Amino acid sequence: MLTNNTHAALAGVTRVYPAAAGHGEVHALGPVDLTLARGEFFTVVGPSGCGKSTLLEVLAGLSPANAGNTSFEGKTVEGRVPEGVGVVFQEDASFPWLTVWDNVAFGLRRAGADPAEVERRVRDAIAFMGLKDFARAYPAQLSGGMRQRVCIARTLVLRPRLILLDEPFGALDAQTRLLMGDELLRLWRETGATVLLITHALDEAAMLADRVGAMSARPGRFIDVVATGWPRERDSRIVARPEFGALTGRLWELLRGESIKALGHATGGRADGMQA
Amino acid sequence: MSAAACSSRRLGWLRTGLIVGALAVTETLCRTGLISKQVLIPPTEMAASLGALLRSGKFNDDIAQTLGCVAAALALAVIFGFACGVTLHALPRLRRALDPLLATYYAVPFFVFYPVLISFFGLSRGPVIVIAFLFAVVVMVINTLNGLDRIPRVLTKVARVHHMAPLDTAFRIKLPAAAPHLFTGLKLAVAYTFIGVIASEFIMASSGLGFQIAYTYNNFDNRTMYALMLFVLALVTIVNMGLHVWEQRLLARRGGR
Repeated sequence: MLTNNTHAALAGVTRVYPAAAGHGEVHALGPVDLTLARGEFFTVVGPSGCGKSTLLEVLAGLSPANAGNTSFEGKTVEGRVPEGVGVVFQEDASFPWLTVWDNVAFGLRRAGADPAEVERRVRDAIAFMGLKDFARAYPAQLSGGMRQRVCIARTLVLRPRLILLDEPFGALDAQTRLLMGDELLRLWRETGATVLLITHALDEAAMLADRVGAMSARPGRFIDVVATGWPRERDSRIVARPEFGALTGRLWELLRGESIKALGHATGGRADGMQA
Repeated sequence: MSAAACSSRRLGWLRTGLIVGALAVTETLCRTGLISKQVLIPPTEMAASLGALLRSGKFNDDIAQTLGCVAAALALAVIFGFACGVTLHALPRLRRALDPLLATYYAVPFFVFYPVLISFFGLSRGPVIVIAFLFAVVVMVINTLNGLDRIPRVLTKVARVHHMAPLDTAFRIKLPAAAPHLFTGLKLAVAYTFIGVIASEFIMASSGLGFQIAYTYNNFDNRTMYALMLFVLALVTIVNMGLHVWEQRLLARRGGR
């Protein structure tokens, strides 16, 4: 339901990919309804191939919906990424030909920002993401996690009001993911932006979110949206709380059947045998 | 010094040693008469002869003509090859139709067109430039296509997030992302252009380094012939080494990406 506090919303959104080279059309998503409140941290979990990334791309305006309506700040999202939306992708999207500094400054320079303003904001974003000592390095000289931080800084420097993250820590080890999650929570608190994060890690989803949306196997729909009840001031230490275990347990309970179904799709139905 | 730098240095010494060794063996074989001076002159004499030729300025016009033809053919091949590559990349159906032709292109002996080109352009620089262009252009087309094919899709999504227009995306994202492949195309095009120009001058020119090498060969002027051959080899090696060093710097910065 749309309220005054609604920042972005999907209403009855469906995405079907057309048939291509030997494959029939793929009904990837929906119909999906989702309302993101201003300043909310929302995470999406679901089985592999359930349409999580498709949902993000539709919300970002990178992929058209076949049905339904997508809106951001009350305006319909159609065919282009709205001003004020920043996207961090799962893959390394840093520009290998630019230094960390130039990567982060890319969007501001394109927008024709004043050089002194660019300097100040880039310096702040780089410091915020802990990349100060690597400002003159090229992405190839950084670890995967640091490159992802470059991409987050490149998004952050533009001060988006809605930040969409598609499994940004997917390639990182568990400890680094927890620490990156802390950084992300700090960023969220300090910027006041609305955040939607796609992940396949239940613990990550449970730790970061105000609400977690659990999706079904393809075509992806929300089977439940779970409010975590965490305080705004939180960090990765909440994983030690008993409620955290109960929360991830509940999410797994929701997703187990869907994951088996998704595995069945992938293995041509052999997952049924596994279940037995 | 890092282990990689040490290893690279050792390889450099080994490479230099092999070249110096080969030159020393050739020098010895020539000096001891095991190879007749009518067949091959000692490398030191080639170098001395080349020095004298360059000082005399006798072949300055030929050098200028050959380098002018290389520059013209290379510029045409790079610009036309790049434009064709970009066009074919944007038109997949046309590309699929042309793919077999591009794959078998280098099986065509371009020199069979030499009478036709002479009829069109006369005994001028025209046919030389056209043959060299034909040699180099497709390698540029193929490498442009390779480069554009390998641009990560996520980078074009980033361009859309930054609201970049197609031309802006092409120049700020696609071109730099494809640069290593374009550079490979350029490097190969330089080599193919030199081959095309020198070989064409052998048979369809009345001046230029290729013509002079053929002319001195026909007149048993071994000293001049070898001096000119050494000049061509040194020039091509220096140009390619320069490009190689540039490419290595570019790739090192990108960590091979």
